[in-house]
Amino acid sequence: MDNQENHHVLSYSKLAGVLAILLVLTGVTVGVSYVHLGFLNVPVALAIACTKVTFVMLFFMHLKYEGPIIILSFVGTITFLIIMIGFTFWDVAFR
Amino acid sequence: MSSQIDRTGIKIGMWLFLYSEIILFGGLFVLYAAYFHRYSEAFSVGGKELNRIIGALNTVVLLVSSFTVAASITAIQRNARKQTIGLLLFSIFCGVIFLVNKYFEWGAKIHHGIYPNSETLVAGDLGVNIFFGLYYVITGLHGLHVIAGMVLLSISLALVLAGKIDGSRLSMLDNSGLYWHLVDLIWIFVFPLFYLVL
Repeated sequence: MDNQENHHVLSYSKLAGVLAILLVLTGVTVGVSYVHLGFLNVPVALAIACTKVTFVMLFFMHLKYEGPIIILSFVGTITFLIIMIGFTFWDVAFR
Repeated sequence: MSSQIDRTGIKIGMWLFLYSEIILFGGLFVLYAAYFHRYSEAFSVGGKELNRIIGALNTVVLLVSSFTVAASITAIQRNARKQTIGLLLFSIFCGVIFLVNKYFEWGAKIHHGIYPNSETLVAGDLGVNIFFGLYYVITGLHGLHVIAGMVLLSISLALVLAGKIDGSRLSMLDNSGLYWHLVDLIWIFVFPLFYLVL
């Protein structure tokens, strides 16, 4: 049985570190929401959310340790999502 | 007789399904973006109606449960069966807490006459009505995903208890975990978009 596709084992401490970062970022996003940044409020909130999502995907979902097929198809999906949201929004915003 | 298990293949299948979920919620976020652009003031009025504390609490609950699910996979890979069982039970419990919070949150809104097609909303500002329409659709669909995730985690737990998932055969647990993390990911966007809009 040579089934060594090697599933990377993440240590508890590394996972706990990721959780700590995620909790801190949650605190930051709640804190920032009380500050009036005007136009920047939404971009800042979304930037923090994207950072959190990146951490969850890379470590909790093991994306950092996956092969090229999953990584490429994932990047493809996100590219499509960005096109879908971006172009629809431009259409609506500059009509 | 030993049959080869294609773990990568199983995982790719799960990811393909997750992509369809991402696009599903992506479509709803497009709606949100378009209406937010048109009714940004009404959205901020609606957002202030939502309880940030409960929202933040639910975020923490989901993040912690995501961590324990990820840790349960580490545990099973190390053949620490008891830890796996404990971590999975805790994760499912977190799902219950999330749903109970959601129940009280929705309950309070409905009590104040804020629910789809309610008199308050229909007679009130159109933008606020749209905000709460999106709120109920997106958090409701997300809630269904939480329930589905809990079912998957429970099945995995049962399989671990039955000894059918172990350090060398863990695709079911792996994929349930991926689904649970997806539920977490969606919430990470829902939380600032609905609870923290200004």
